[in-house]
Amino acid sequence: MFGRHRILAMLRRTALQAVPTIAAVVIVDFFLLKLAPGDAADALAAESGSATEETMAALRAHFGLDQPVITQFLAYIENLVHGSLGFSPLYNMPVSRLILERLPGSLELMVVALAIALAVGITAGVVMAQFAGRLPDRVISVVVLLFYSIPGFWVGLMLIVLFSVWLGWLPSGGSETIGAHLTGFAALADRLRYIALPAASLAMFFIAVYARLVRASMLEVRDQDYIRTATAKGLSRRAVVWRHMLRNALLPLTTLAGMHIGAILGGAVVTETVYSWPGLGRLALEAVLKRDFSVLLGILLLSSLLVIVVNMLVDLLQAWLDPRIELR
Amino acid sequence: MAQPTRDNRAASMRRLLRNRAGLAGGSILLVVTAAALLAPLLFPGDPLDMVTRPFLRPLMTWAHPLGSDSLGRDVLAGIVHGARVSLLVGVTATAIGVTIGTAVGAAAGYRGGRTDDVLVRVMELFQTFPPFLLVIVLVSIAEPSVATITAAIGIVSWPTIARVVRAEFRSLRRRDFVLAAQGLGYGTPRIVFREILPSAAAPIVVLTSVMVATAILNEAALSFLGLGDPNLVSWGSMIGAGRDQLRTAWYLVALPGTALALSVLALNLLGDGLNEALNPRSADA
Repeated sequence: MFGRHRILAMLRRTALQAVPTIAAVVIVDFFLLKLAPGDAADALAAESGSATEETMAALRAHFGLDQPVITQFLAYIENLVHGSLGFSPLYNMPVSRLILERLPGSLELMVVALAIALAVGITAGVVMAQFAGRLPDRVISVVVLLFYSIPGFWVGLMLIVLFSVWLGWLPSGGSETIGAHLTGFAALADRLRYIALPAASLAMFFIAVYARLVRASMLEVRDQDYIRTATAKGLSRRAVVWRHMLRNALLPLTTLAGMHIGAILGGAVVTETVYSWPGLGRLALEAVLKRDFSVLLGILLLSSLLVIVVNMLVDLLQAWLDPRIELR
Repeated sequence: MAQPTRDNRAASMRRLLRNRAGLAGGSILLVVTAAALLAPLLFPGDPLDMVTRPFLRPLMTWAHPLGSDSLGRDVLAGIVHGARVSLLVGVTATAIGVTIGTAVGAAAGYRGGRTDDVLVRVMELFQTFPPFLLVIVLVSIAEPSVATITAAIGIVSWPTIARVVRAEFRSLRRRDFVLAAQGLGYGTPRIVFREILPSAAAPIVVLTSVMVATAILNEAALSFLGLGDPNLVSWGSMIGAGRDQLRTAWYLVALPGTALALSVLALNLLGDGLNEALNPRSADA
């Protein structure tokens, strides 16, 4: 049974467990980035090309950079408590606004890539398990191994060569046709054309991981009694495979998908760069190159938070899939 | 006491040699290693120097069989020299990651109790950071160089191996051979390194080859983004430089990428082969 009582108790417990982790993340991130040489005043001075000692000092005083580190940290915490991620001197806007502008693009890319990875990976895994040891299994195994090994950013570039340069079917970068003002179905189709290549190249590695996992988990239960029982009571082959055997793969699959959120975020940095996709990953890289550490700090915090939240959701999902699971 | 016997090792070795995938992976890896070691002999001089006219297509002259890039640098020389950086960073970063990961995992799994609680929290904290993002941040804090890139990739990779080692140690520490060693009055270091670690070696070895592959991919991605060592040629930096001419000279991206993909493929093949050789029961169907 999955009572409402149980889900609430679980939510509360996992949320409480997350609090010290989030606190530690904030502390580690803040002091890690304080180690970086140079500060926003240096970056601004480099940007403008000329700055006197006085203007630099004024800038530092304005952004509180002349305060002791511990004071700066307390000020940052106070900002966080009030829901602010600080101000980016280089972009001249609040960090939270900058991040919120880019977040939807990244989430869209990640969700589509994960959906492709799960759909293709599970299908490939089921087919491989069905034909274990025979030709289809071997052929797909080779493809899966290639998917597992080929770097995503390189495939991204090669897909651009094939589909944009040679065939001219798909755009090579961006997230929508600029200035087209499309609506309804046309707008959706336009966005799909732009997201196809980046999502595919981001998904490739994860397709391979899920395919291998599904194959292994299905083979693990193939000879167990409950599968024989399901077959013996006259269930169709399809029902046995999809409803009974695949179920065994769902728990490790959700665990892995949850663990991959961080990896997908990291992979998105490169994919977004390859396809000029307006997302957080590219913002992070820009922040690194411009040495705007207030933006970088915000992105780091947000991505850790995302990982923690997704893992909480995975815990809940698993408790729903398997009522025997008691939450840690 | 717990060490795999000679027979056992010989049997594993035979299984690995019979495993065609593992053998293929090992062979490719040998070629890449040879290229890395012989690079200064095969292509003396700095691969970043201009040696011919720009945009020479591949297979046009014997002097530069894979052509040249936008600055007239020999592509083949770049690929051969790039193998040095990839392997160096891949192997060293993995050594760092495996050392930290094994130490932390062994301490957590063997001691248990509060030590375990604290170390598991640290691992969990580490795993909330997107690994590649953390590598970028670490490299940008220090100046990009082979040393800092290697250190950053190594530091980020340890939790994976720590989890596996911890699980192994937890399951092994109450076994008879460990209790016997404790009964004989062996010290903790001896029990940990001489008794338990050899029994836990199989999963560590398999994971190691995958970690080298991941480290090579991370280094390539970093250099592709322009965060690599500016004084050395690497496959990632070649792909990054070729990206600007993707429409006209796609081979500048395709060739180093093929070298990169082949090396990673070889390591994964070897990992699969090792897995089947060391855990014959887990090899399915």
